[in-house]
Amino acid sequence: MSALAARRAGLQQLRRRAANSTMWFVAVLCVLAAILPLGFVLYYVLAQGASGINLDFFTKLPKPVGEPGGGMANAIVGSLILVGLASLVGLPVGILGGIYLAEFGNNRFAWTIRFLSDVLSGVPSIVVGIFIWAMVVVPTHRLSGMAGGAALGVMMIPTVMRTTEELVRLVPMSLREASLSLGATHRRTVFKVVLVAARGGVVTGVLLAVSRIAGEAAPLLLTAGSSPFWSTRIDQPMPSLPVQIFTYAIQPYDDCHRQAWAAALVLVSLVFVLSVAARYATRGRFRMVR
Amino acid sequence: MVSASASLRPASLPRQGDRGTKIEVEHLSFYYGRFQALKDVSLAIRERQITALIGPSGCGKSTFLRALNRMNDIIEGARTEGVVRLDGEDIYDPAVDVVALRRRVGMVFQRPNPFPMSVFENVAYAPRIHGLARGSDLEELVEDSLKRAALWEEVKDKLKASAFELSGGQQQRLCISRVLAIDPAVVLMDEPCSALDPASTLRIEELMHELQQKYTIVIVTHNMQQAARVSQETGFFLHGELIEFGPSAMIFTDPTDKRTEDYVTGRFG
Repeated sequence: MSALAARRAGLQQLRRRAANSTMWFVAVLCVLAAILPLGFVLYYVLAQGASGINLDFFTKLPKPVGEPGGGMANAIVGSLILVGLASLVGLPVGILGGIYLAEFGNNRFAWTIRFLSDVLSGVPSIVVGIFIWAMVVVPTHRLSGMAGGAALGVMMIPTVMRTTEELVRLVPMSLREASLSLGATHRRTVFKVVLVAARGGVVTGVLLAVSRIAGEAAPLLLTAGSSPFWSTRIDQPMPSLPVQIFTYAIQPYDDCHRQAWAAALVLVSLVFVLSVAARYATRGRFRMVR
Repeated sequence: MVSASASLRPASLPRQGDRGTKIEVEHLSFYYGRFQALKDVSLAIRERQITALIGPSGCGKSTFLRALNRMNDIIEGARTEGVVRLDGEDIYDPAVDVVALRRRVGMVFQRPNPFPMSVFENVAYAPRIHGLARGSDLEELVEDSLKRAALWEEVKDKLKASAFELSGGQQQRLCISRVLAIDPAVVLMDEPCSALDPASTLRIEELMHELQQKYTIVIVTHNMQQAARVSQETGFFLHGELIEFGPSAMIFTDPTDKRTEDYVTGRFG
């Protein structure tokens, strides 16, 4: 190799390396830019909320506005009940709907459902709130936990349905064939084999949906309302953490603000604990090797 | 040629030796939409022996195999013509229950496809859905099925482990014992060794040799040495047609048809 050619090759290598490190740097920068806001939010919630966390916060009812002390026990329980009610509506409809779309979804009806579900996932939550307000609150003449659960449940459906569909579709045809060839019916194949294989992904979809609705305040203002008292009856107004945060955050008192931050921290932790627990409960002992 | 008269129901036609006919296929044609994948195939599969189906990719041999337990039913836009008789009974008769049919005609696939469950649950799956056994009876049945698939010794201490922890060859034998657990009369094997290493392949072949004492086995294979080694009769498919069918020794050493000869001597395919 001539000296000139050798120098050119060296230069090329240099340029390649430079391009490589530049791209690496840009990619890392983008990752940081994506994570940074999340980190700040968590840090801020933790820093501001930690001082408001004490035993009273978890066990006591709210004091009248302006009076220091008190807790949010009712809102914590209320939020859990509302998420539970929402799951009662959203999970069966979402999961079974997703199975239908994946297994039988090769027709115009399914195409329409898919489209409508995508539209629904884009509908602002306040609009869902107004809808349930008109459908449930107006006829029953009262804000209620039931209405709140319905509103959140409706919001869960598109996420759960579309993730279930995608994940059920991903289950290899060979597994379905194995089950069918053993004389299993289609129904049994779907519930005993396909859903089991898709379980991890379906749980992820459900968690995404739960995390999203757990933090919703807007639709609850119009449906579940709020209450300073214990309220475990679903035909009565039901307090919830997001609504409580909203109510306290707009008060002029420092103590209220601290309570609101603490509630935010509890809300974030609640979602976090739920996610970890659900992941642990359905961890992939029988994960498929691909 | 066998009489097509339905009243006769030739359950086991004695033919050349003591093996009766288990499956009788007459003028079977199969279409994927417009495409005709099987063209007027007729042959008789005899019981308790291994029948091999060979031919180049896309020749219709897998389609033919899947016609024998109606796995083609699940394909949209597919159409079957002709008659397939299992023990003299037309399996495409509208009165036939597909679930009952597949209990009698089991299938092993090209790639091991265990369920995402434990080793035990994989084998127990089919007996459970057919209500064959429960409790300790089921445990016995699972053990017995694993023994018959020559897998028991290797997995008896990890019945609760995930089926995916087994090696590829073990997984395939697990799939075989899963089929044996419902004690079918016929076992269809669609290239059961193509995803396995030579050692595992040998084990499966030995296993097939044992199983033919009790089961009627139909195997599709790309591997002609394998077909020659394990089978008593062989059918050669080309472009959806059954070109030649006869004793394996004859097909591989002295075929009648020029195309069969070209294929088995490796001139194409």
